[in-house]
Amino acid sequence: MSAVGTYFYSIFHSLYTVVVGMKITIKHLFTRSATVQYPTVKMKIPERARNRLYVNIDDCIGCDQCSMACPVDCITIDTIKSTPDVDLGLTSKNTKKRLYVPRFDIDIAKCCYCGLCVWPCPTDCIVMTDVYEFSEYDRKNLIYSFSNMTADEIAGAKERLKKYDEEQAAKKAAIAAAAAEKAAAPMTPLPPKPELPAS
Amino acid sequence: MEFIQTLLANELVVSIFLSLLPLVFIIVYALVVLYTEMKVAAHIQDRVAYMRTGWHGLLQPIADMLKLLQKEDIIPDKADKLLFRLAPIIAFVGTYAAYAVLPFSSIYIGSNINLGAFFLVAVGSLVVVGILMAGWASNNKWSLFGGVRSAAQMISYEIPTAIAIIIVVMITGSLNLQDVTKFQDGGIGNWVVFGGPLPWSQKLMLMPFTIITFFILFVSSIAEVNRTPFDLPEAESELVQGFNTEYSGMRFAMFYLSEYANLFTVSAVGVALFLGGWSSPFGTFMSGPVWGIFWFVAKAYVFVLIQIWVRWTLPRLRVDQLMYVSWKVLTPWLFACLLAVGLILVL
Repeated sequence: MSAVGTYFYSIFHSLYTVVVGMKITIKHLFTRSATVQYPTVKMKIPERARNRLYVNIDDCIGCDQCSMACPVDCITIDTIKSTPDVDLGLTSKNTKKRLYVPRFDIDIAKCCYCGLCVWPCPTDCIVMTDVYEFSEYDRKNLIYSFSNMTADEIAGAKERLKKYDEEQAAKKAAIAAAAAEKAAAPMTPLPPKPELPAS
Repeated sequence: MEFIQTLLANELVVSIFLSLLPLVFIIVYALVVLYTEMKVAAHIQDRVAYMRTGWHGLLQPIADMLKLLQKEDIIPDKADKLLFRLAPIIAFVGTYAAYAVLPFSSIYIGSNINLGAFFLVAVGSLVVVGILMAGWASNNKWSLFGGVRSAAQMISYEIPTAIAIIIVVMITGSLNLQDVTKFQDGGIGNWVVFGGPLPWSQKLMLMPFTIITFFILFVSSIAEVNRTPFDLPEAESELVQGFNTEYSGMRFAMFYLSEYANLFTVSAVGVALFLGGWSSPFGTFMSGPVWGIFWFVAKAYVFVLIQIWVRWTLPRLRVDQLMYVSWKVLTPWLFACLLAVGLILVL
């Protein structure tokens, strides 16, 4: 194309492309917006989305497997052994609970939402929920405590365990003493073996 | 006018009252355009913009304005303090002075001088002084770039604007915008963009040239108000708002107001020169002084809307492309139009 041709071509080409672009934008001006008015209207989140953790403490057997699976160590579990005279009941999966769980803290600020704690749980008591709005002004508020034991109960459980341990120790000591006494007694010779009839 | 004069009974009070009317108009109109611009921008991008303050965010411009008013007024340590303070005032004064010659209605024009169009071109250039001053006084490289670009751009695009105005003046025979508007009164067919109220033979010959002239005036007026696709002085992505960078609070608001007021001025000039100003498009139907204000503002508002639409469609030009458009496309085409219109009028 000659220089003059290019000049006129470029003018009309640019006008044409401007018209094309403006046609597109006016079409979008009158199409429905894609916006969702978030705090009032919420989009449905995927079924298996991983969000805030929840622990159903009634089902927890204090096995500590979730805490060990956690890659960022955000789960802290303390346990107290129960004594045989108390019955902590069964979980929903009919597992017998043997441990008190006085402390089950999840620092959700540290949590990386990997979901690795969910799979090892033998009673399915730690789960990912669909709650994703839980911002706080203070980071301390993000440490969630799931244990439902009161301080009195914890003290009582500890007391009982201590007493039971002492009792057991005493019993053990008694047995050991008895055994020792037995061992100290003079040996009584075994009764002579009956002689076998000669064949 | 006479009614107001008898009401206020004092020459000075009347002139102060009449000169403050456009300011009230600018503030109300700026709020409306701010809202429109954000809504149009959002809907073009399939968003919804403000929704929370008032019904569909109608109170948001007022909230924005209140926010700007109570913000801290920061002046950089190394800035030229006097020029820094002066710049937004000069920019706004330049913009506001142009309103003196805009014929809002058949009975209202700030100053009915016979050099209206000339005054517009002259005073409109005062804005560039303010912008250049702001860029220089900020003592910031980006701002200086913005100011220098603005000056280059304004000088380049004043020429097509001035020639386009000359073409209209040749057809109408007057520089007074009120006379230019009266010349086009009496229906859509009398508008200068369609050849004006001339004999049919002349009108048909004039029409292609006046349409091209109007289009070129529109393009160069977008460039004069520094809006996308000619927003090189501001260029938020490369110059971080150019001359605006160091401004905050009230002074920034003045630049903002002056930009939106300018937007209306250039649209209104296009309307007054080519589209019959305050005259009704249906001849005597819906015409009169009050309808005049309605038609004038409505016509100008349509062009403001088109400018917003263009802004959210086209990308920014390169500096050399900007100069190319002005000097190699708009100016020669306008000279050709000038020649053709002159010949047709002589015939």
